Amino acid sequence: MLRLPSFTYLQPRTLHEALAMKTDAGPDGMYVAGGTDLYPNMKRRHQEPRTVISLMGIPELAQIGMRNAQCGIGPCVTLTTVSGHPTIRDDYAAVAHAAGLVSTPLLRNMGTLGGNLCLDTRCNYYNQTYEWRQAIDFCMKKDGHICWVAPSSPRCWAVSSSDVAPVMVALGADYVLVGPGGERVVPAARFYHNDGINYLTKQPDEVLWEVRLPRPDGWDAVYHKLRRRDSFDFPVLGVAAWVRWEGGRGTRDEGRVAEARIVLGGVASWPQEVPEAGAALVGTDLSDEGVAAAADAAYRPAKPMDNTDFDLSWRKQMTRVYVSRALAELRRRRLPPAR
Amino acid sequence: MASAEQGLRVVGKALRKVDATAKVTGTTKFADDLFLPRMLYARLLRSPHAHARIRSIDTTQATTLTGVKAVLTGKDLPIPFGILPVSQDEHALALDKVRFVGDPVAAVAATSEETAAAALARIAVQYEPLRPVTDAEDALAHPEPRIHEYGDQGNMHKLIHLEFGDVEEGFRDADLVREDTFFFEGSTHLPMEQHAAVADWSADGKLTLWSSTQTPHYVHRALAKVLELSPARIRVVACPNGGGFGGKSDPFSHEIVAAKLAMVTGRPVKITLTREEVFYCHRGRHPTLMWVKTGVKKDGAITGMHFRSLLDGGGYGSYGVASTYYTGALQTVTYHVPRYKFQGARAFTNKPPCGPKRGHGTPQPRFALEVHLDKIAEQLGLDPAELRLKHLVPPNSITANWLRVGTMGLGRCIEKVVQGSGWKDKFRKLPTGKGIGLACSSYITGAGLPIYWNAMPHSGVQLKCDRGGGVTAFCGSTEIGQGSDSVLAAIVAEVLGLDPLDVAVVTGDTDLTPVDLGSYSSRVTLMTGNAAIQAAERARDIIARHAAAKLDVSPERVAFAAGRVFDVERPERGLTFADAVQLAEAAEGTVGTVGSYTPPPSPGTYRGAGVGPSPAYSYSACVAEVDVDPATGIVRVPKIWIAHDVGRAINAATVMGQIEGSVYMGLGEALMEEMAYRGNRNVVHKIPSLLEYKSPTTLEMCDVVTYVVEDPDPNGPFGAKECGQGPLLPVPPAVANAVYDAVGVRIDEVPITPEKVFKALRRKEKGEAPRFGPAAFPDIAWPEATRVPPPWEGGDGKAVPLTPGASPGKTRSRKPRARARGR
Repeated sequence: MLRLPSFTYLQPRTLHEALAMKTDAGPDGMYVAGGTDLYPNMKRRHQEPRTVISLMGIPELAQIGMRNAQCGIGPCVTLTTVSGHPTIRDDYAAVAHAAGLVSTPLLRNMGTLGGNLCLDTRCNYYNQTYEWRQAIDFCMKKDGHICWVAPSSPRCWAVSSSDVAPVMVALGADYVLVGPGGERVVPAARFYHNDGINYLTKQPDEVLWEVRLPRPDGWDAVYHKLRRRDSFDFPVLGVAAWVRWEGGRGTRDEGRVAEARIVLGGVASWPQEVPEAGAALVGTDLSDEGVAAAADAAYRPAKPMDNTDFDLSWRKQMTRVYVSRALAELRRRRLPPAR
Repeated sequence: MASAEQGLRVVGKALRKVDATAKVTGTTKFADDLFLPRMLYARLLRSPHAHARIRSIDTTQATTLTGVKAVLTGKDLPIPFGILPVSQDEHALALDKVRFVGDPVAAVAATSEETAAAALARIAVQYEPLRPVTDAEDALAHPEPRIHEYGDQGNMHKLIHLEFGDVEEGFRDADLVREDTFFFEGSTHLPMEQHAAVADWSADGKLTLWSSTQTPHYVHRALAKVLELSPARIRVVACPNGGGFGGKSDPFSHEIVAAKLAMVTGRPVKITLTREEVFYCHRGRHPTLMWVKTGVKKDGAITGMHFRSLLDGGGYGSYGVASTYYTGALQTVTYHVPRYKFQGARAFTNKPPCGPKRGHGTPQPRFALEVHLDKIAEQLGLDPAELRLKHLVPPNSITANWLRVGTMGLGRCIEKVVQGSGWKDKFRKLPTGKGIGLACSSYITGAGLPIYWNAMPHSGVQLKCDRGGGVTAFCGSTEIGQGSDSVLAAIVAEVLGLDPLDVAVVTGDTDLTPVDLGSYSSRVTLMTGNAAIQAAERARDIIARHAAAKLDVSPERVAFAAGRVFDVERPERGLTFADAVQLAEAAEGTVGTVGSYTPPPSPGTYRGAGVGPSPAYSYSACVAEVDVDPATGIVRVPKIWIAHDVGRAINAATVMGQIEGSVYMGLGEALMEEMAYRGNRNVVHKIPSLLEYKSPTTLEMCDVVTYVVEDPDPNGPFGAKECGQGPLLPVPPAVANAVYDAVGVRIDEVPITPEKVFKALRRKEKGEAPRFGPAAFPDIAWPEATRVPPPWEGGDGKAVPLTPGASPGKTRSRKPRARARGR
């Protein structure tokens, strides 16, 4: 079987201790939470930390709490817990739904929210064993110099494959980071870079401390996922759609969209917000014309590459369909129940 | 004796498998579960090149690493091997050339797997890359550089041309002649258990190999050949396989290497492949391009059929010659084909070798034929179920290509699925997006001929009756999860009136068991079963003789049931089975018997007649219901109805399991499975992992309604025919036909992915041909036909002698020319 390389495993009990351990370990140290992303990657020599520092023994990181009517989720909360938590299910259904669509039940029991938000970008030239990558003389993301997806490209095109990250960006969640230099709060959208290698703005010694969700007042969001199979698979397209209704969520009168965000997963190295798509919805009641305009706007910048499952032109075509369907669901949820 | 007439007590029941509890509680010992004292771990260094000459190998740095006990290269194992006598083209470690990314080049045995892996990285290999051949059409277009120095032509491994009657005359007689081109993508077996082997070289000079193999007898022969050891000094034990499906039926590099390393080091050696390495072992479904031309009368009666196939064989021969013949063999056993012509070609390409996967060479042509017939039915305005029912091959007949059909339950199968699915109310009547499709198939119950020519039995069983009343059955058959141990126990128990759990089975061990050729070609139940019946009846005769004397009745009045031996006229007069065995043992000594089975000779004797004959053919009919999303092209299959003519179910539960498992595997091939390579990137396998090689999960699996059709075949044990492979075959064409019914587009290749459906739907919208599939079959310089008149033209199963010079135009010597296969 594929073997893990040898490494030192540390279990800090406090954040302070974790930061100190990371400082000691230097660039050869890495944090780990559930390990469902890092350990398989280590077997394939994608990451080769000498020291692995587990965050799972720090109690504060595994909590879900309310502060100022805002929900805060610790990064070490498992995806199973996120998907089943009553507050998250009621007030942040899109988050619970997206978390519940990640991989398989077994991996959700181990995998964490923070792990999914910091998920390494994926590419089927990269997610291969060392020996396989040797046969193509490696790629720029690890051990090589070229991006095989686009050989003339100066950058890496590995794909953001998180299900929850697009939802966080769409909701406008904040991430609280703590590093040796103290705490900082980063909007989810600014946590990610559109670069397959440097895909996070988080510094290696910073720890994701908390994810703060906005108050559930007058907005609604959905997440739709495209993949080959209904379990196991990473998204080849994720659509997170968020709208703020005029007059608030509770009203049943004919409201219009005051603000909207469409964020795509699986089509770029970061969760790709498409502002034109959101703008196309403002002032509409999510009528078919509005939805079509937004879907068309989302289709244009979506740039899937030949490095995931499915044919890339079909994946691009599906942007339109999946954005339309996500918005149709939002519209349905807005309408009063039929008598 | 009177047992056979008393009705069956074990056969036909849904009994628990004899090994079920160990399997579900995790105590079954698979090859990787074996640990021997002082055991070493081996790893293989594999080629990073698709096609290259080996200039040099330097192992010095590996040998000096602490913990490394031995390093091997091709020079240490220079004798070639291969499953077929005509394709001895493999080396345990590449001798001078590598032929695909993943081809084994060197091996290390070390005290740990980590050390062995570290040692591999220290082996320096100098390669001289050669132009790789990426697929079958590339092989046609590029006869040089050759991948192998043998084969019929350039990079064409095998070319076949058979003609049974004049098909052109058949086409002239037809009311409609239709041509279609199809492609069936390659797929792999994906067993849960990766291949593993443990080798031990004893101080007494005996080699033992435990391996997850379906064919211990053939591994035994290959080891003897390559290691130059007497077969008497080699013992091969087939461990229970965690799934095989044909992927563990070749002798493999890792088995030979583990044995050699054990001999070199004097220590036991284990090797367990990674999942990626299992993809490189492969031997799976050949990607196959096909062209079929059929003439039919207005009522659908076939007047002639011409079938061509082009198989992408990968880097080695494996079973490929047989696979190629199989793509042309069984077209004739379902619907009457009076004149038939087959041209088949297999190419060498620089990819992992293809071989036998569940259905071996027949799912591809079956897909083509069943979709082709669906189109013909539509053109003729006939119901596709009716068209098939009207023209079935009659039972007890001989086909145009000289296959002897015995029992033939396809008609009942069609009726079952047509009725069960509500076919008549649904076909062409469902709303857009919903569709229903039908397809049928047939498969062999064991190959009529062995892999290597010999006149000996295909299966042998020894029986030992213990004075305590237990019976042990010894047989070379191999339990790969399909239930062969349970079938063996059930049949012995049936004949001797015992509980199957009181029958011990010792199987798949070349020291302990008589030869059975292995778990392939759906042969085990029929062949082992018949051998077991013979051995058990012989034991029954001995025991009955002495019980009769004790009971003072004639032996004909002695019956065996419920662990008793008794007077059938007065059942209360009898003795326990154990007491009866003791009487026999006291009188005659140890009670042991043997049984064996050899298939009947085939009526065809022409060159090529060896592939296709079988003691019995199973039949299946399938109806699939699909939901197609026109906006995305995504196809879902909510339900499948399948009827299978199994002759007689030995175990009703395991038959059901095999049928459902076949549907599952067929569904994967129909919808998503694909051995994808990057031809422009050194021909690497695109996705050698369980995550990215897409196979259905339980969520994609459809509901299955299974009908077991029983029409006992005189050649089968208690009438049994196969059920482990045949039911896969109709699933891909049934799904394709249902997709057409749902949205009116023809997807003439599998897998039927959303992209293909989507493209075909767009073409339909634009008024173009509503189809996705290959455009043409390339030009191939076929050899002169072997002409064999069919039975009804007065043939005798022999080929008409070639008349040199009589038809010079038929033999073309020019180089093959490939035509791009447009989509």
